[in-house]
Amino acid sequence: MSARYSFLSLISNALNGQTGWKPAWRDAHPKPTYDVIIVGGGGHGLATAYYLAKEHGIRNVAVLEKGHIGSGNAGRNTTIIRSNYLLPGNEPFYEWSMKLWEGLEQDLNYNAMVSQRGIINLIHSDAQRDAYARRGNAMRLAGAGSELLDAETVRKMCPFLNFDNARFPIKGGLMQSRAGTARHDAVVWGYARGADRLGVDIIQNCEVTGFIRDNGAVVGVETTRGAIRAGKVALAVAGSTSRLTRHLDLRMPLESHVLQAFVSEGLKPLIPGVITFGMGHFYVSQSDKGGLVFGGDIDGYNSYAQRGNMPVVEDVLEGGMALMPMIGRLRLLRSWGGLVDMSMDGSPIIDVGPLPGLYLNTGWNYGGFKATPASGWCFAYTIAQDRAHDFNGAFRLDRFRTGNILDEKGVGAQPNLH
Amino acid sequence: MRIPCPYCGSRDAHEFAYLGDATLTRPDPAAPDAAEAFHAYTYLRENPEGAHREYWYHANGCRRWLVVTRNTKTHEILGVEFARPSTDEVPA
Repeated sequence: MSARYSFLSLISNALNGQTGWKPAWRDAHPKPTYDVIIVGGGGHGLATAYYLAKEHGIRNVAVLEKGHIGSGNAGRNTTIIRSNYLLPGNEPFYEWSMKLWEGLEQDLNYNAMVSQRGIINLIHSDAQRDAYARRGNAMRLAGAGSELLDAETVRKMCPFLNFDNARFPIKGGLMQSRAGTARHDAVVWGYARGADRLGVDIIQNCEVTGFIRDNGAVVGVETTRGAIRAGKVALAVAGSTSRLTRHLDLRMPLESHVLQAFVSEGLKPLIPGVITFGMGHFYVSQSDKGGLVFGGDIDGYNSYAQRGNMPVVEDVLEGGMALMPMIGRLRLLRSWGGLVDMSMDGSPIIDVGPLPGLYLNTGWNYGGFKATPASGWCFAYTIAQDRAHDFNGAFRLDRFRTGNILDEKGVGAQPNLH
Repeated sequence: MRIPCPYCGSRDAHEFAYLGDATLTRPDPAAPDAAEAFHAYTYLRENPEGAHREYWYHANGCRRWLVVTRNTKTHEILGVEFARPSTDEVPA
């Protein structure tokens, strides 16, 4: 087992030539049976395993990952954490996630580089200011905090923005100063290490190829490393949800889409926090390494390819040029694509069922990273207690049947528009 | 990604707008199971990995609705036809 990291362990390992470090988690082999199997070794799956063991004492748990942990969306996102939602079904959940982020590193004994550098959603019109004032009030009611900034304040904070764009002049912003960024890979590694230390088996290169059924109930999984039985099977596989539930003859309220992200060459500190330009479909922050990390809309068509196409690259870069023309002097270092689970109302699903023994965590759209701690925490609660916690009470699978949809953006059942 | 429009020829995907799954049929609202059928029609999707029949609108071209069959794993276009077959004829 990996020892606790401390100043003392740093010193002692420095003195013995760095020979005392152990792997942060074991390379576990599958046992024939577990209490809970979590399919998907991304941030959400590993966080679920960690909180199952820590909060609910369920330690006979396996996390199955088809590749290596954190190789899907957990390693492909733009690392932004925030709780600036509007709807009462969403905002308390994301605020709980924000609170967990704030204590995450002490809890996990792992440096996840959580950096609360703030987020500004830019305002370009009176109507948008009204909408953001309402959102800011909703955030305050949930304890998330928010500030409505005027144009002069935004200008002082971000003098490099194009304030006088003829189409979208900047009139102010909605700020959440507790928002920021975290080191995405370190979040995965921290949860993996934390879960491993509590006895969870993390099994990599183990792809689920089917389910073991007994009398309608799900009682285990078929994998590339053999059959594994379990009392409960929990899916946290984001854009791969439909291809797993197909084995169970279930159709999901999901479409899998591709979302691209970009990083520039490294620069000295330039961007103070996270800036979102909703009208131009562009958002940007700066990594601790110095690269500008930015993105925009999803490509907008069903895709399992984990790579996108040029029209969106062009659209995102045009948005960047409109917002901060100096970006034109930068070289683009990399772009990549992730496979996102777009739900029909733009909100996630954390629920029991729909079959006995099955638990679902999906529908994170393009915003799953910020939700990682609360998603794991709530999914662990839902698996352990066989019912939803208040924080994920609105994330029901049957909300589409009952009409209680959570459409933050109000665009209807059209996943490529959320 | 380029889409071979039957009217305009091969065009960049930039010219097209995407609607989604073209295999769905609007249910009969008078049927006894209409509520359940509309739930499935509105919200549930096959979401296949592989061949997918889907609606694209050639917004910056002939402004015709197309049904494109496309591999969602590779983005390869496997077939394109007009969404309304009765107007398939291309004028001479």
